[in-house]
This record gives sequence, structure tokens and C-alpha cells, in this order.
Amino acid sequence: MSSTVLCLVEHDADGIADGSLRALAVARSLAAQSLAERSLAGSPELIAVVFGSPGGLADSVAGDLAGHGVTEVYLVSADELTGYAPVAWARALEQLAAASAAAAVVAAATDRGSEVMAHLGALTGLPVAANCLAASATGDASWRVRRHRWGGSLLEEAELTAPCALLTVAADAGPADAGPVDAGPVEPTRTKSPAAAGLPVRAFTPALESADLLVRATESEQSGGGTSLATARVVIGGGRGVGGPDGFAVLEELASLLGGVVGVSRVVTSQGWRPHRQQVGQTGTKISPELYLACGISGAIQHMAGCQSAKHIVAVNTDSDAPIMSRAEYAVIGDLNEVIPALVAALRAAGRQE
Amino acid sequence: MDVLVCVKRVPMVGGKIVLTADGQDVDTRMSGFTVSPHEECAVEEAVQITERTGGTVTVLTLGPPEAADQLRDMLALGAHRGVLLETDGREWGPVATAAAIAAAIGDLGATSFPLILTGNEAADTGGYQVGIRVAHALGRPCVTGIKRLEVAGDLVRAWREYDGRHEEFEVALPAVAGVKEGINLPRYPSLPGRLRAKRAEITVRKPVWQADDLRKVTLRGPAGSAQRAQVLGHGAEAVPELIRVLGDLGLLTRA
Repeated sequence: MSSTVLCLVEHDADGIADGSLRALAVARSLAAQSLAERSLAGSPELIAVVFGSPGGLADSVAGDLAGHGVTEVYLVSADELTGYAPVAWARALEQLAAASAAAAVVAAATDRGSEVMAHLGALTGLPVAANCLAASATGDASWRVRRHRWGGSLLEEAELTAPCALLTVAADAGPADAGPVDAGPVEPTRTKSPAAAGLPVRAFTPALESADLLVRATESEQSGGGTSLATARVVIGGGRGVGGPDGFAVLEELASLLGGVVGVSRVVTSQGWRPHRQQVGQTGTKISPELYLACGISGAIQHMAGCQSAKHIVAVNTDSDAPIMSRAEYAVIGDLNEVIPALVAALRAAGRQE
Repeated sequence: MDVLVCVKRVPMVGGKIVLTADGQDVDTRMSGFTVSPHEECAVEEAVQITERTGGTVTVLTLGPPEAADQLRDMLALGAHRGVLLETDGREWGPVATAAAIAAAIGDLGATSFPLILTGNEAADTGGYQVGIRVAHALGRPCVTGIKRLEVAGDLVRAWREYDGRHEEFEVALPAVAGVKEGINLPRYPSLPGRLRAKRAEITVRKPVWQADDLRKVTLRGPAGSAQRAQVLGHGAEAVPELIRVLGDLGLLTRA
């Protein structure tokens, strides 16, 4: 057993994906601790595993990794790996973890990261701790983890016993995660260090069997246009209080005035008033806007799990005792069907005066 | 085609989660129970598949004796058979859960369910892995995060959203798929459905509990959840104050 930690790094057109930055921060802290825990000399080994061909986008991402404590990059490619293939990705991680006698393998809790780590757990027979916020080594094969339950509405402290810790890191860890943290709060950074140029990038071709390639993404196309709910700066939320499918027009109008989009609660999609892709919540989209204006939304646990990363929450609700009142920063007590049209009219009037 | 759907009994939490005094569990004395939302959609999807192509839907759960209630809820939505892997109420980890489910499917006839559906993740523990572990135990391919599913002959085509894109997968049956809410809009139970569910016989098996290598120590609510919103006013009269606050927060300049 070494003190080496592997981290699966996903990337997009902007470079390292935000979730992977968070995963790297946890992996870096684990690498440092497992070195100390085993009283080993030397410096922590943090290996980033990036999937993609040499010369492609993945290659340029490799150069960004040194600033995150990464000591070595493996660029994984194979002729058969033309698209995303979860079992094949897990096989590659399994082989790299075995070769480096890794103490831990970490990934972001994205759809891909969660899926690949679950496959890795199944392939190796090891447990997987999903949606962790922090982790620390407590012994040679024991770990303490803090993880999300209920989509982040509860925090679980857990003990993990495994020769190699398999962890996914909550990608949407928001302000709700503050509090005493054993391993230090995890804050991703996008800073680069000048050492980036010297980072060794090694090509790795995993040994794959046909069974590892049964599931492959065969097609990947852009989904619908418009401002994405997940990344919108302003989200106007509508809940049961909107009253029916016709009530959303004024929310759309307000969203348009503020440069935002409309999001809805689960009851709205369950009633069929709005499509599920607009749902904010534990089983919908997780949002992190500057402003979440929650109209006629009581603030169920299921819903708040999707908007706890919002910077400012303003509630408009007839019920001054609704759960949302203990989560919002500001509130207007009243019927959204009076307040929002008045707000739209006032914003329009102000716009005309400019 | 005969479809098996795995569901989990979870507390129905509304606006607030209350923990037991020992911080070990959600206090359910005042709450009802339900299945995780993704799983309700998995059952609906299975029912729709069998409505189109024939066959039966079997719902399976691992949980305490009371989890039979959730099986009956799913039978009322159109599922045909219920299987309860009865526990003594202790929490089972994902590794042991998947092993017990795979063993039970083997007992029921591993080849009798070409398609196994799960929810993508349970609402409470959110482990994201039981379906995948079951698939490996049965030697089947598995797709997850699925928002659209088509069965055509011996193939399943499945789509999911990823980072603003649609990803498409095509796997041969038998297979396992983890689905997400939004794949369909689950129906409400019909009165005949409820009556049929009430009378239905549920197959009960009792797997042996095994400790998991991931052990819960405590649960706690997130810090800072005791704040109160600052009330800006009542009704439309609060609009000027609301606009002032939005302006102060720098939110009235369009990005």
C-alpha cells in the first residue's frame, strides 16, 4: 500500500469541470494525510486520470492540473474508447489503482463520476462512499467520511473500512455544508501554478475485454437551447401557489426582465403543469444562481436540496410560517399573483424612465 | 416482457427533517413513508412497457415488514407481483443490499426478467450503486441516469442528459437500467388498482443482514438552518422595498 491517491478528472470546453476541482481538493488532502498516517517519507502522490486522446482537449486540461497538487497525469485512451464507456473507464481506474497500490480513488459525484465509481466498486468488491464533502484517513485501511444524505439536507458522518477508499465528492456542496470539518473545508480553486509546465503526462491504454465495452455512449448531441437552469444567474421559482399551468406566464415575464429562467417545484411537475426539465430539487436540477425568487413555494426538503447553493433566496408566500421562511434571506408575505404582476409592472415602468 | 423493478421504502419528509435523539435516524413517528421518486417513475415505466408489449411487472423491495405497504402502493399503480426481502429494521448498506437482491432474482429465475429497473439513487441514502452492483452480480450491462427508454426486440435504447447534451446508449437484453424522475409522469392509483393491491399476495423472503464496510456514525442537519427571512412587507405594497433590495444586491442589472 502506498499513499498514492487517484482522481478521475472530467473536463469541459472551459477546462477542468467544477465538480472535478472539488474532487481534486478532497483527493489532495487525502494524499497528504495518508502519507502522514503511514509515517512515510516523501511527498504526497496525487495522480489525475483524464480520459481522452493525446493532442485533444484532454491533453490541454492535463497542463492545468499542477496547480491542484497533482503530481502525475495519466491520459487514458484506447482504440475502442471512442465515447464514454462507464465499465471501461472503471477498468482503467482499477488497473491504474492496482499498479500504483492506490490508497484511494476519488471522483466528482456527477452522473459519470457516480456511475464509474459504482462500477469500480462492483468490479473490486469494495464499498463506495457517495457524495462526500470531506474524508480523512484514520488508520491503515480506515477512513472517516462526511457525506450527503437526502440530497444534502442531512450530513452523515461515517466510517469506511477498505484497503482502497472509493469516494465520490458532492459536486453541488453549497453553503449548507459549513460547520466543523475534520479534514478542512473543501474549496475548489481555478488558480494555476507556474509548475504546470513540468507535470509529467503519461499515456495509458487499459486492457479491455468485450464485456467492458457493452455500454457505450453512441451519440451525443446538444440538448435544447436557452439559458440552462443549472447555470442561470437568476431563477424565478414557481410552486403550488401559482395555481395552475396558466399562472406561469407572469413568472416567465419576470424571468425575462431579470435575465433569468423559470424553475418549478416537484408538485408543479407532478401535476403536469410544467415539464420536468424545469424542476428544481433533489430529483430535478440543482441550481446555484445569484438570486432565487421562490414564489408560492413552501420549501419542502425535496425542493431545498436543489436550491441550497443559491446565493440569495427571496420568498413570496402567503404563509409566513412556511418552511421556506427559515431558508430565505428576504420574504414578501402575500399572494404571488398580486405581488409578481406588480413587480413586473414596476420594473417595466422603471425601464421606460431610463 | 416481464420486468422487475426495485424500490425502497423511505420516510416522506415534508418541510423539515427531524432526527431521533441519538442522531442515528430520521424520526418517522410523525411521517408517512413512500418510495423514492425515481423509483415510482421506474414502476410507471415498467407498467407502460408491459401495457405495450404484454408481460408482467414484479416490484421488489428490501426493508422492514411495513415495506409491504410500499409494494402494495406500487401494485395499485399497475404492478402485478410483490416481493419483500424482509429485514429486522436495521439499515442495510449498498453492497449487502445488492447481493441480497441479486440472490433473490436468482431464486425467482434470473432469466425470467429480461429488464430490471431501479431508481437512479435512493432519496435517503443516495448511494448511486445498488443497481450497478446487481447488474455486475448477474453479469448484465447497466445504464443509469436514464430519462427516456425504448425497448425494441432484444435491445434497449436509453437516453440521458449530460452536461447539456443527450447521451444515447444501446444495450442488449437482459439488462439493468437506473431511471430518473422525468422519464414519465406516474399515474395516480385507480380504485380497482387499490382493491387488487390490497388482496394481492406478497412473496416474502428473509435475507441475512450483513455489516457494510461503510458504517453510519451519526446524522445531523446542516448548520445555519435556523435563520428567519427578513420580511420586506405584505402584498403588492412590498414591491418598492423588494426592488430596492434586489437593486442593493446588484440583481437588477441584466447580465
